Amino acid sequence: MTFDALLPMLLTVITAATPLLLASIGELVTEKSGVLNLGVEGMMLAGAVIGFATTVGTGSAFLGIVAAGIAGMVMAFAFGVLTLTLMANQVATGLALTIFGIGLSSLIGASYVGVPVEKLAKIEIPGLSAIPVLGPLLFDHDPLVYLSVAITVAVAWFMKRTRGGLILRAVGESDLSAHSIGYDVIKVRYMAVLFGGFTSGLAGAYLSLSYTPMWVEGMTAGRGWIALALVAFASWRPWRVFGGAYIFGGVTILQLYLQGAGGIGIPAQVMNMLPYLATIIVLTVISAGPWRGRLDAPACLGKPFRPAS
Amino acid sequence: MIRPIDRRTFLAGSAAAGLTLASGPFRGASAADPLKIGFIYVGPVGDFGWTHGHDMGRKAVEAKFGDAVKTTYVENVAEGPDAERVIRKLAADGNKMIFTTSFGYMEATLKVAKQFPKVYFEHATGFKTAPNVSVYNSRFYQGRAVVGHIAGSLTKTGKIGYIASVPIPEVVMGINATAIAARKVRPDAEVKVVWINSWYDPGKEGDAAKALIDQGVDIMTQHTDSPAPLQIAEQRGILGFGQASDMKAYAPKAQLSAIVDVWAPYYIQRVQDVIDGKWTSKDTWDGLKEGTLEMAPYGDAVPEALRAEADKIKAGIIDGTYDCFAGPIKDQAGELKVAEGKSLADGDLLGMKWYVEGVSA
Repeated sequence: MTFDALLPMLLTVITAATPLLLASIGELVTEKSGVLNLGVEGMMLAGAVIGFATTVGTGSAFLGIVAAGIAGMVMAFAFGVLTLTLMANQVATGLALTIFGIGLSSLIGASYVGVPVEKLAKIEIPGLSAIPVLGPLLFDHDPLVYLSVAITVAVAWFMKRTRGGLILRAVGESDLSAHSIGYDVIKVRYMAVLFGGFTSGLAGAYLSLSYTPMWVEGMTAGRGWIALALVAFASWRPWRVFGGAYIFGGVTILQLYLQGAGGIGIPAQVMNMLPYLATIIVLTVISAGPWRGRLDAPACLGKPFRPAS
Repeated sequence: MIRPIDRRTFLAGSAAAGLTLASGPFRGASAADPLKIGFIYVGPVGDFGWTHGHDMGRKAVEAKFGDAVKTTYVENVAEGPDAERVIRKLAADGNKMIFTTSFGYMEATLKVAKQFPKVYFEHATGFKTAPNVSVYNSRFYQGRAVVGHIAGSLTKTGKIGYIASVPIPEVVMGINATAIAARKVRPDAEVKVVWINSWYDPGKEGDAAKALIDQGVDIMTQHTDSPAPLQIAEQRGILGFGQASDMKAYAPKAQLSAIVDVWAPYYIQRVQDVIDGKWTSKDTWDGLKEGTLEMAPYGDAVPEALRAEADKIKAGIIDGTYDCFAGPIKDQAGELKVAEGKSLADGDLLGMKWYVEGVSA
């Protein structure tokens, strides 16, 4: 296969990976603070419908994206109130958030079914986008693709290099210790949860404004769950989340192209399993290989914070 | 702030869990009680495709019978164990008639029907009946023959894309009908199939469309439920067909026509049968002739002469002079499966597991 034939496929991989990356990078921050929010799918749907409705209403995709991020944060805030302030069970609340998001987005979106919207415009980086092959691959995308990479870089840097990142990780590893040396565990967790909601909202906006520029109910089609799996798959590390999103998107797209090319003698059903098979293989290799025991799940993940005072 | 969210969370939660079905204990139906009718959908009512079509049928029933009926529906129910639970709940809630609107609900429908012998079940696209289970289907392949003819006439590359959902005979039949009709006008036409193994995943449907277009396809057809593939066709400047609904809003330039599902006449008839006490278990397979299937108005890209040809095929199907599966038909390996002068019987169609010549999958 020549590179000319490969290029369109790689471009499709980028669009498939971006919503996964956006949703999982935020969930990673949330989980690093010790909070498990299973409501990613619901927050994405809220972002998708609000982003779409705002873009249609105002004519501005920028406002749509901002509104989508806010919608995700509002959903995340509701989750925070229930689990952090009222100490409800995180798993149950997260599931409820997803179901709530599905219902609410259908309700809000009912009048937007069948309404067309302009696809998010691409931003060509002058000069660079004209480079053959690399130009279209790296420098000719819509703003959310750049943003997803920028957020990954920022999160990786924040986690590893900043005091704030250290505090966040401390809260997730040992909330009582962090509390005893004077950090406000609940506040840190609220911020992490809100950040997760924000990027999930952006992921939703990417779906409804760029990936398939339309609103139809349930359009996330399970991507929120894949994003959740990716965080564990990446053993809670930002760059592995990035890699995981692209591997997952890549395998999904590759099998579609292989089918279109007449297949390679493998039944379509087997090819449709590939992404999931790849996930299992990578998880097995990570947990059984010499890296064993370094899965890095935050110690306080999913546990409510109850100071002993 | 806290309480309303909590309440809404609960409400939305119960909606998806199927608890918003009319509650209250089962009472024996007296003359004054409305006939309770339940619907179970595989996708969301806002999919603008398959489920949307069935919900239009449900609304038509409500509009027609008014207070004499009370309909409820549960959407987004996965084919499998969940379906059985939801169907049983619908029956236990006192629905006297239940429409199960996806192929994969077949076993669940039969199982629950056995437990509720007094409830009338209507299962879409299945092939197993019981004393209280009817099956109904539409001859979608008739629409696909029209689609195939238009596609074969308009393709420049000779490659027609086909986004397929789940490998069941119904879908294979549609692929074959398209290929046969396309190759009548363009003998070297190739129908390139990509399976996504889902009825509804806008993102993946769109990705499959991109994959096909990148490989030279210039006409897009689909057997999945969202407008995403047609929208990609519009963006990339090729042509295509809507599925289950008129999808012109998403592809004003690209949509050549669409196969539109019209369930209302059948639903109204069957509800009337129950009200009149005349319901019997039936196997109904209607099509263009009976009006359960319509073609959306032709798009601008379909030239006048071609419209006349397509209309002629439609008329031929309706009066029985055009046979979508008339021999000779060869399979992918070039082996003759249906001899000249013969045709495929309904039973063969409903069990179709092989591709005709010209399909690449």
